[in-house]
Amino acid sequence: MSVTTEQVRKTLARRYRAEKRFKFFGICAISIGLLALLLLFTDIIGKGYRAFYEYSVSLQITFDPETLGIDDPRDPEQLQYGNYEGVVRNALQARFPGVEEREDKRALSALVSTAAGYRLRAMLEESPELLGQTRTLWLQLNDDADMYMKTSEAKRETARLSDRQQAWMQELEQGNEVRAGFNHSLFTRGDSREPEQAGILGAILGSLFTMLVTLALSFPIGVAAAVYLEEFAPKNRFTDFIEVNINNLAAVPSIIFGLLGLAVFIGLFGMPRSVPLVGGLVLTLMTLPTIIISSRAAIKAVPPSIRQAAMGLGASKMQVVLQFVLPLALPGMLTGGIIGMAQALGETAPLLMIGMVAFIVELPTGALDAATVLPVQVFLWASSPEQSFVTMTSAAIMVLMTFLITMNTLAVVMRKRLERRW
Amino acid sequence: MKNTHKLVLAAALALSSVPAMARDTVSIVGSSTVYPFATVVAERFGRNTSFPTPKIESTGSGGGLKLFCQGVGTQHPDITNASRRMKQSEFELCKSNGVKDITEVQIGYDGLVVANSVKGPDLDITLRDLYLAMAKDVPNPNGTEELVANPYKTWKDVNPALPNIKIEVVGPPPTSGTRDSFNELGVEGGCKTFPWLKAMKGQDKSKYKSVCRSIREDGHYIEAGENDNLIIQKLESSPNILGVFGFSFLDQNRSIVKAVKIKGVSPNMETVGSGEYPMARSMYFYVKKAHVGVIPGIQEYVKEFTHDRAWGDEGYLADKGLIPSPKNERMKWADNAKSLGSMTGKEFE
Repeated sequence: MSVTTEQVRKTLARRYRAEKRFKFFGICAISIGLLALLLLFTDIIGKGYRAFYEYSVSLQITFDPETLGIDDPRDPEQLQYGNYEGVVRNALQARFPGVEEREDKRALSALVSTAAGYRLRAMLEESPELLGQTRTLWLQLNDDADMYMKTSEAKRETARLSDRQQAWMQELEQGNEVRAGFNHSLFTRGDSREPEQAGILGAILGSLFTMLVTLALSFPIGVAAAVYLEEFAPKNRFTDFIEVNINNLAAVPSIIFGLLGLAVFIGLFGMPRSVPLVGGLVLTLMTLPTIIISSRAAIKAVPPSIRQAAMGLGASKMQVVLQFVLPLALPGMLTGGIIGMAQALGETAPLLMIGMVAFIVELPTGALDAATVLPVQVFLWASSPEQSFVTMTSAAIMVLMTFLITMNTLAVVMRKRLERRW
Repeated sequence: MKNTHKLVLAAALALSSVPAMARDTVSIVGSSTVYPFATVVAERFGRNTSFPTPKIESTGSGGGLKLFCQGVGTQHPDITNASRRMKQSEFELCKSNGVKDITEVQIGYDGLVVANSVKGPDLDITLRDLYLAMAKDVPNPNGTEELVANPYKTWKDVNPALPNIKIEVVGPPPTSGTRDSFNELGVEGGCKTFPWLKAMKGQDKSKYKSVCRSIREDGHYIEAGENDNLIIQKLESSPNILGVFGFSFLDQNRSIVKAVKIKGVSPNMETVGSGEYPMARSMYFYVKKAHVGVIPGIQEYVKEFTHDRAWGDEGYLADKGLIPSPKNERMKWADNAKSLGSMTGKEFE
């Protein structure tokens, strides 16, 4: 046996141990990351899942013309000012006869959401023949009563309902007069100060319009800048300076872009506040560096041999870029674009400056309607005092996460599918 | 080449000439303390009338007034909410930008509460206790008229009648309006009970302010974020910690937290409204008169807000934690709102 083999044999065990240790550290690192993720998800899902269903109560509603103060349901004026809450109140009092005190009556009608009144109005508007008739309807519960139903039996004493209200709820529950159903308003409505009527559709649409503006601007501009810098620009101090600045821009805190947007787009150009157009412009500034940097990397990854071959066959520089380099670099550029968009989707700070942190009930119909975005909605709900908004906040985070995960998965899948290796 | 030039020119023109767009929605900015109330009114207003729901931005009182005072025109907000009264300087700023006619309306009160977990001890403190427990510098415990760095560690050190638990108070950061109120109403309120410190106000106002409004930074006051819900959660998990937040959060979380009494008075609708509970601030909104009649719905929104079904003793705002002003005051402000009386500048005297 030679000396070398002897040495190898001696150290072999140690080297194996070192490798095992090294692997173990790697596994530890990944486990910590996964654990943090798991913790985050269990916390959010544990709090948020309850916002996806809601309880409603079955009541015998009589569309009594006298209580409503409506004699002609085709008259919009009368419909507008009808006393729908009175009708709901009557139905509740008919269900629980013997509630006389003014305070108790108030407490009783507080069990049903004010949304019930609006629903009755919509029903009457649609089918005027309902006037004077009686229907059994499932009406939304108020947020406190809803929370009471959602809490487990043991913890119910701490609910915000008074003892009297709790007794009523128990009676309804035993008579199977309350039921749980999917929370439709969560996905069909804009913001509201009543948790049971609040929805995130307004914020989703706002995010959508903002992202469309961002994508439409930042992707072409970013790709054009990257192509020019990589393929055409001369290498000199000036282009070096530009490169440093682009990298710098990627690290600038996002709130600064918001300040810029406020000064330039709103101050100088007189654009309105709180609209997705301005939001999109600001986020374009923010995502541009990300897209330029990733696009340049994608272009660099295209082997020079392809360029040279094309040129050798007589293609012009522009033909080389448009017909060979760009198609080959596109998957990498798109991946960068998607990651940039995902970043922009989760951004709140710059939008604070341009007025998108606002209470907006109506659903936006375009990039020029006042709107808010998903992460801002999370922020607004998180700072609301009502307990139900805590669950709503987590639900909104879940929706936001779903979008982010989808986008990032798309980026990974696209890279896997379209990427070519040389 | 020429064509590109033309294109660039056209694009530049198109960008620069985006018109100050006509607006049919009332635009409201201002305090995050008033936000939960103003939004409720706006939502009801939007649903019950043919006007669109006003847009409400949560910018803080100062930020809101700054935006409000920037000028007249549809790109500027119509109404701003404030958790304090407008300052003279802000009034002047408004005037210099052409916002001359402003209607002031007081909405009601927001109580500031110190609270702990329902599992914690029942506490009854005075503002002086609060000052001694919270301030950065306090009068020397030996009774001489000099200031020393706050030596108190437990509530019992501050006042022997209080339980022997460590002083730990979670509250808002300095950027918050709630913190300003806590400093002014709570800490300064207790500071003033020392005659020689009170006398300092006349002699050296800036020193007085720095002594009476600064909070200790040695870990006994814990800054939570702007989010009051986090403070509530913190209190729930540790029964010996106290927290500082607005009354509406106490009202919504009575199953989790209870208020600390101040001189035997616990905060509720009556004690805050009457002024018996010492830590309360009034909330306002300001209307730009030049916009009334230009932007549809301003007057109607103000009318809804000042209706008794909204801000009255049993109105829907009270359900959300607003503390109504006394009836005669409400009537006075409602009249002012209806006739759109302008501020004269005498309000600041």
